[in-house]
Amino acid sequence: MSSNDAIIKLNVNGSDRTVEADPASALLDVLRNQLGLTGTRYGCGANQCGACNVLIEGQAVAACDTPLWAAAGKSIVTVEGLGTPERPHPLQRAFIAEQAGQCGYCLSGILISAAALLKRNPNPSEVEVRAALDRNLCRCGAHNRIVRAVLRAAKEAL
Amino acid sequence: MTGALPANLKANPRLARWLRFDAAGFIELRPGKVEIGQGILTALAQIAADELDVDLARIRMIPVTTAASPNEGTTSGSLSVEQSGSAVRHASAQARAIYLAAAARRLGIAADTLTVEDGTIVGPGNLRTSYWELADDALLQCDAIFGVVPKPPSARRVAGTPAARLDIPDKVFGRPRFVHDVVLPDLLHGRVIKPAGPGAKLTALEEGPVRARPGIIALVRHGSFAGIVADTEAAAEAGVEALRKAATWSGEPMLPDEGNLAQWLKGEPAETTIVEDRKARTGEPGQRTVRRQYSRPFIAHAAMAPSCAIAQWSGPDRLHIWSHCQGAYGLRADTALALGIPAENIVVEHVEGAGCYGHNGADDVAFDAVLLARAAEVGGRPVRVQWSRADELAWAPMGAAMAIELEADLAASGDIVDWRSQVWSNGHVSRPGRMPIPTLLSASLLAKPFERLIAFNPPMAMGGGAERNSVPLYDFPTMRVTCHRLLTMPIRTSALRTLGAFANIFAIESFMDELAAERGEDPLAFRLRYLKDERARGVLQAAAKRAGWNEWKKREGVGHGIAFGRYKNFGAYCAVVAEVEGSAEIRVRRLVVAVDVGEVVNPDGVANQMEGGAIQATSWTLKEAVRFDRQRITSDAWETYPILHFSEVPAVEVEILNRPEERSLGAGEAAHPPTAAAIGNAVFDALGVRVRNLPITRERIIAAMA
Repeated sequence: MSSNDAIIKLNVNGSDRTVEADPASALLDVLRNQLGLTGTRYGCGANQCGACNVLIEGQAVAACDTPLWAAAGKSIVTVEGLGTPERPHPLQRAFIAEQAGQCGYCLSGILISAAALLKRNPNPSEVEVRAALDRNLCRCGAHNRIVRAVLRAAKEAL
Repeated sequence: MTGALPANLKANPRLARWLRFDAAGFIELRPGKVEIGQGILTALAQIAADELDVDLARIRMIPVTTAASPNEGTTSGSLSVEQSGSAVRHASAQARAIYLAAAARRLGIAADTLTVEDGTIVGPGNLRTSYWELADDALLQCDAIFGVVPKPPSARRVAGTPAARLDIPDKVFGRPRFVHDVVLPDLLHGRVIKPAGPGAKLTALEEGPVRARPGIIALVRHGSFAGIVADTEAAAEAGVEALRKAATWSGEPMLPDEGNLAQWLKGEPAETTIVEDRKARTGEPGQRTVRRQYSRPFIAHAAMAPSCAIAQWSGPDRLHIWSHCQGAYGLRADTALALGIPAENIVVEHVEGAGCYGHNGADDVAFDAVLLARAAEVGGRPVRVQWSRADELAWAPMGAAMAIELEADLAASGDIVDWRSQVWSNGHVSRPGRMPIPTLLSASLLAKPFERLIAFNPPMAMGGGAERNSVPLYDFPTMRVTCHRLLTMPIRTSALRTLGAFANIFAIESFMDELAAERGEDPLAFRLRYLKDERARGVLQAAAKRAGWNEWKKREGVGHGIAFGRYKNFGAYCAVVAEVEGSAEIRVRRLVVAVDVGEVVNPDGVANQMEGGAIQATSWTLKEAVRFDRQRITSDAWETYPILHFSEVPAVEVEILNRPEERSLGAGEAAHPPTAAAIGNAVFDALGVRVRNLPITRERIIAAMA
């Protein structure tokens, strides 16, 4: 524990967690290295690719440039908290059904952005889905499958 | 006798190296190819399931490790289904025969009376046993022999049907799957700094303050290589920032003029080869010559994840590496060369990384981890090194810039009677494991640096590099194709998806469009007149039909274009129709892709590859160029190296022409080249402006209008 460390309480995927860390450290680092939640991916460290998106109070934000103090006391949901193979989130079910991905590295962040979208707009148009995912990069070219999967999830959840 | 065995099985004949039957009811398959986002594990599992008569779910795919896997070289060139697929098919067929023979012995009946249903072996009179009852590793401790024939395509039930990717669930549920997620006991975190530019040397490093930082365990410097090891990732991140500030670099500006790449390419010393020299038969003489020049810039891999690896030393000369490289044996060979230790002392284990489109930073970061993990202070603990986003975009090898000059002699009719082309480019391959010097980036930074290999081109029998697809598939009576490979390499180049095919097909198919326009002939009809190959004609006609080519109504600000390519001239056939709209800002609305990959193993896998290829190629075509000044690469963030966003992605329709009796051909690179040309041709159709220098940006369109 370094001199800057503090005890910070978080609510991650529905569980209260306490971490000892520098309040200025990136939420992403704490999620991956202290809480073992490696589903949230590091992509750029500059909030330019969306690979590390998590939900904070229902909003999709980049965990790489969110300081820990800004997440303190708030409800955080990572991809692991969306669902499990036994109880998948409608989005996860739809992504598998549509085979929406190639390498899959971008998918955690995209699922989070899509979850935030469906929460505020349960029945989005294709244009709205694309707009909601526009800050998430995908390099393999799985975009259209991903959009189809989000639309399918919306339809099946209605 | 091993005469007709697939090459990769012949080279790795021991069946136990490929397959293992487990009494618990599953079969381990251990191909030498790796998953790089393309879905190969699923396709290979399908092939094995078919030959072995088991459900797909019974096949467990084991990642490549040099400790156990067959050496199938590099996973590249759209060759995995073709090479590994045929090896897996034959190995599986032989394993099945061996297990049937064992069943026959146990049941006391002839093997040819037995059938297999999901691993249960059934004979007459309700006699039965199973792979799982018979499972015995000793059975496959023998070499593959010639003579066991795999099933005919018509008997296959799994291959040829869409299969869900085996790796997608892990990725959708965020389970650890990538090398970035690997956690080992006592894991340390390393970071390295890269030079101020390709020609820069580390002249001074103020080590004291960096070493004194909290959490820093080691500072490693060899010549112009420098990095730190820390006890946490956060300490490593902070430490490398301090290290960057502590470094002083010197170096002459050595990069070319970004604004005039074609002129630079044509002015550098080069090795010139004649790729094709087809002599004229007597025919119509040329009346006039049309000459055009096309180019593409350097293109970055721009993987979603920064390259990452873990290395661990045990003792002074034994080493284990976890890497997302494309060729575990190649990385092992170059690491051994660079360190001067026997390759047998090194184990390279593949763990997936983000989507890989060629020789990226995977091998380089692995060697960085090796150098950091060797520090005495590390004490044999594993060290995980991850590059920064900036290093990923600036220091992974680049796809080479290219200039292509095309000339056609036309008869009075406008018909092409002679075709000449010249290609200028750096070589397209400097992969590890192929040369007597290591090509790992940091090997060229050491105190006693290894010479930096000037990228070369693979032989034409493998499809060539810069000259890949430089020979048109059209039936021109005479043809001369020349390739100039640069002998200087200020910007490090290596394999990026399609190698030279992307620019060569862009040039050829743009030029064909220009020549058709000169004659006032429909571009599709013009191409078909020069194309005898039925499969080539087939994809062009299929794409045109699906896109409604002949029903197209000309409208203001909207255009369509068509293009064709057969990857490497002996791989998959692909034709693309693009529809674009816009004035100076071009938007691709729709791409129709028709492809012939021979026998299809996983139709959805092929569709996914074609969609992805077309979308990635759209990004290359409209947006991408590596930016640099005379000192350094400046496009080292997503803001300065923009790629296609969700809102810019066109609709993509894929038509697969299944030919079950034809050999399977790889799908991973077929869509890129014709997509670029189809977009360029559609832009011309929409705006009447021909953009010959990629990318087709607003600035280029305005420049071409002038």
